[in-house]
Amino acid sequence: MEPNQKNETVFSKVIDEFFYGIAELVQFSFKVFKIGIQPPYEFREVWNQCYEIGIKSFILVGTTAFILGLVLVMQSRPTMVEFGAGAFLPAMSSISIVREIGPLVTALICAGKIGSGISAELGSMKVTEQIDAMEVSGTNPFKYLVATRIIATTLMIPILTVYADFISLIGAFFGSNIKDNININYYFNRVFESLHYTDVIPSFTKTFFFGFTIGLVGCTKGYNSKKGTEGVGKAANVSVVLSMVGVIVIDMVVTQITSMMGYL
Amino acid sequence: MEQEINTYIDGTTIIEIEHLKKAFGNNVVLKDFNLTVHKGETVVVMGKSGIGKTVLIKCIIGLVKPDGGKMRVFNQDISKLNQQDLDELRTRIGFVFQNSALYDSMTVRQNLEFPLRRHRKKKIRGNLDLQVREALQNVGLENTIDLMPSELSGGMRKRIGIARSLILRPEIVLYDEPTTGLDPITSEEITHLILELQKKYDTTSIIITHDIDLARETANRIVFLMNGIAYMQGTYEELVNNEDTLIKHFFKRQAI
Repeated sequence: MEPNQKNETVFSKVIDEFFYGIAELVQFSFKVFKIGIQPPYEFREVWNQCYEIGIKSFILVGTTAFILGLVLVMQSRPTMVEFGAGAFLPAMSSISIVREIGPLVTALICAGKIGSGISAELGSMKVTEQIDAMEVSGTNPFKYLVATRIIATTLMIPILTVYADFISLIGAFFGSNIKDNININYYFNRVFESLHYTDVIPSFTKTFFFGFTIGLVGCTKGYNSKKGTEGVGKAANVSVVLSMVGVIVIDMVVTQITSMMGYL
Repeated sequence: MEQEINTYIDGTTIIEIEHLKKAFGNNVVLKDFNLTVHKGETVVVMGKSGIGKTVLIKCIIGLVKPDGGKMRVFNQDISKLNQQDLDELRTRIGFVFQNSALYDSMTVRQNLEFPLRRHRKKKIRGNLDLQVREALQNVGLENTIDLMPSELSGGMRKRIGIARSLILRPEIVLYDEPTTGLDPITSEEITHLILELQKKYDTTSIIITHDIDLARETANRIVFLMNGIAYMQGTYEELVNNEDTLIKHFFKRQAI
């Protein structure tokens, strides 16, 4: 085979896999809506998953958010002071954190932690026939394992984002206080003064889509994983990459829409 | 050469398979498989590895969709059942997986409680703890109740798998190679356990195995699966003494 032919074959395989992956995700999401809305509802398992996915991520998300807020202010301060805009530090940090850094970083951390976890768990359940065992015991594994996890990520990522925003703002306050002496009341007054509903609503809304994407990709890749333990590893890997790309693409789309609506 | 031997315990037909077909791509696994299982009977399905034995029992419980043929379980056509009816039917069938398929994230107690919580309404569920303990007592592993599956040996996992599949008191139990990968002593223990539980709960069973001892001790009838058909059926003695070259070769090799 000529090198050019080989490249074409590899290229067409990549394209095929890409479109196959998209079709797989679309089909899976339709199935989630179709099966998820049918009773009986798995409230207990949704609650369990909210705990596993959300509550257990609080420390990681909180620590990262605090450091990010701190570093953001420490990095921005010299330039802003140089331009005589030091007083705008609280406003700058609040808008950056609430609009972009909080939702995006939370989603990316969760894509890594939660997306890979879901994918690996479902993948190993698949290859060890645990999903089959659930099915033969008369329980719909799609509803019990997949729909519940997607609902949990869709609900918990927004909550984690609000929490991350708050912790990040505290980090930013500490960052501001390393070189300046700012009163906490003054700082948070300036933070809330500079925030408008046009900052908060779009950024909060997009986190639901982030959560749905992370859950959907993790479940799809895990549930459809093949080829034994090697397939499980691959599924976890692919799910992290795809979730992150998905989150960034959604972020870009939401930013464009917000901009077109005149909110930016 | 396919023959039908009506060796049965009770006249009631529980499983009826006619002209079952299943292929995976170009690999035709079941070509024209026919089998009738009667109430109380224990049918052992034997044959070479990869010949479609597990596919057969997965078709019976609706995990694998056949390409053709008819399959009736408790007089209900599996292919025509909706999801709800299929789930209902599955509660009457126990399935023991080759690798036990215990839920890794749950303790032994939770593994056994799972089917009860899902299928017994709160009012009639009764005392879960009591039922779980009784199920564990049946398999002689009461002290493992709070252990995780990863803390159990292969033989213990098999026993717990059997206990879980029997906890809803199914009328049919499908065993997928219950003694594979176990030492001869543990295999013998599992064989006796299967016999004991069959007697206690009066179940109809299909056992997939390569284990000649298990087949000899449990089977009312052995079905030899070959080339996608029920190549030969009969009692253990009938098959062992059969002059057919393939059957003779199989039993001779397995005995070694």
